Amino acid sequence: MRYALLINERPGAYDGLSEDQRAAISAEYITLMKDERMLGGERLQPADTATTVRVQNGEPLLTDGPFADTKEIFGGFYIVEANDLDSALELAARIPAARLGGSVEVRPLAER
Amino acid sequence: MLEEVFRDQWARVFAALVSFLGDVDLAEEAAQEAFVIAAERWARDGLPDNPGAWLVVTGRNRAIDRLRRDRTRAEKTRLLDRPMPEEVTMEETSIPDERLELFFMCCHPALATEAQVALTLRALGGLSTPEIARAFLVNDETMKRRLSRARNKIRAAAIPFAIPREHLLPARLSAVLAVLYLVFNQGYGDGRADLAAEAIRLGRTLLDLMPDEPEAAALLALMLLHDSRRAARVRDGETILLHDQDRSLWNTAQLEEGRALLDRAVRSGASGAYTVQAAIADLQTEERIDWRAVAALYDRLRQLTGSAVVELNRAVAIAEVEGPRAALAIVDALHLDDYRYFHSTRAELLRRLGDTVAARAAYLGALDLATTEAERRFLSRRLAEL
Repeated sequence: MRYALLINERPGAYDGLSEDQRAAISAEYITLMKDERMLGGERLQPADTATTVRVQNGEPLLTDGPFADTKEIFGGFYIVEANDLDSALELAARIPAARLGGSVEVRPLAER
Repeated sequence: MLEEVFRDQWARVFAALVSFLGDVDLAEEAAQEAFVIAAERWARDGLPDNPGAWLVVTGRNRAIDRLRRDRTRAEKTRLLDRPMPEEVTMEETSIPDERLELFFMCCHPALATEAQVALTLRALGGLSTPEIARAFLVNDETMKRRLSRARNKIRAAAIPFAIPREHLLPARLSAVLAVLYLVFNQGYGDGRADLAAEAIRLGRTLLDLMPDEPEAAALLALMLLHDSRRAARVRDGETILLHDQDRSLWNTAQLEEGRALLDRAVRSGASGAYTVQAAIADLQTEERIDWRAVAALYDRLRQLTGSAVVELNRAVAIAEVEGPRAALAIVDALHLDDYRYFHSTRAELLRRLGDTVAARAAYLGALDLATTEAERRFLSRRLAEL
């Protein structure tokens, strides 16, 4: 069973953290990537680098920035292969963003 | 008679079919089909030696049949991942009891609480969808959608049919207990005796399956102790307060059983919220209630739950120990304006203090929020007596 772990970060979650603390958090992400259930994952650049596209009357309309102005910002994702939801939830709970004011949404992938 | 057998067997049969088929929808269909066939055949030929095994085997064979005919559906289930099973024969009579797995699947915290409750009543209680809809005051269609959405999530997200691993167990068990207590309370407040009885039945099943879980024993004790006073709580359609209740109407067998279970829970180390509540209910069945001890237990409960409603109850005990003025000071500090017992408790305290005007306003506030006729009658009489 494949799941996406969608990571939403609280803006400014890293503010005020020391270099060491940031390194420790990065190390946690790297450890997670080494779990045998991990199929892949990516981290996104900050939201202010985003461009949003809509098509109206065949014309692309561009907006600077992300689509939603929310308290949490989509920051990256993992794709995992787990036996059941509990196993995927266990990984999700280890993602640092989840305890740093953000959240992780666990969604099963549609079967191809 | 058949109905009783069905009720006893439903959860076991359904659990066995979920385990075998790996799909709740298929299991539901197969179980229903098996029960329909049984109703016909057993009425004619009498009960088989092992009704449970008969139902499971019949359900399995029906499901296999159906999957053979319908490959597209078969592809959607995990059955295809393993070799298609041969028809199962009646000789196979030892069917493992997998109701505990079923409890944990239905009460998985990834499901909304209302979905957990509905699933548990359907899967473990064997209640029909319309029965559950009536119990929770929604229409059949809404309940049908709620159940089907929940079953769909179980399948799509692979919510496990399993007993949680040790580190997850305490949290998952409290989710199961919370569902049972919700069902009980739905049956308690509005006098739906059938729901309270169902919650107790489920509580017994759970304790049978997990005899060493003190919190499961504590919850069953709590439900039994409260339920034992059911017959005395309403007289002539009016709510009767504890100290005015006719004790001869209390169900002494339930009371004794509840006490024994509480004892067992405490001796095996239970100290959670259900245990404290059961201990309070137990103290309140004494001829002379030790209100000081009741107040102390409510204090403990408040520490465990941080609940303002608990604090309101502590105030009721404090009124008996220190008088209504001390109790009113506690009550007035609470922000429970939408809670009917907040107003009725204030009203009783104000009445005892002789403040008729304020008491009247408080009784009227309680009357506004009352949900049952028995409560309204009680409050109206109190108002008239002011």
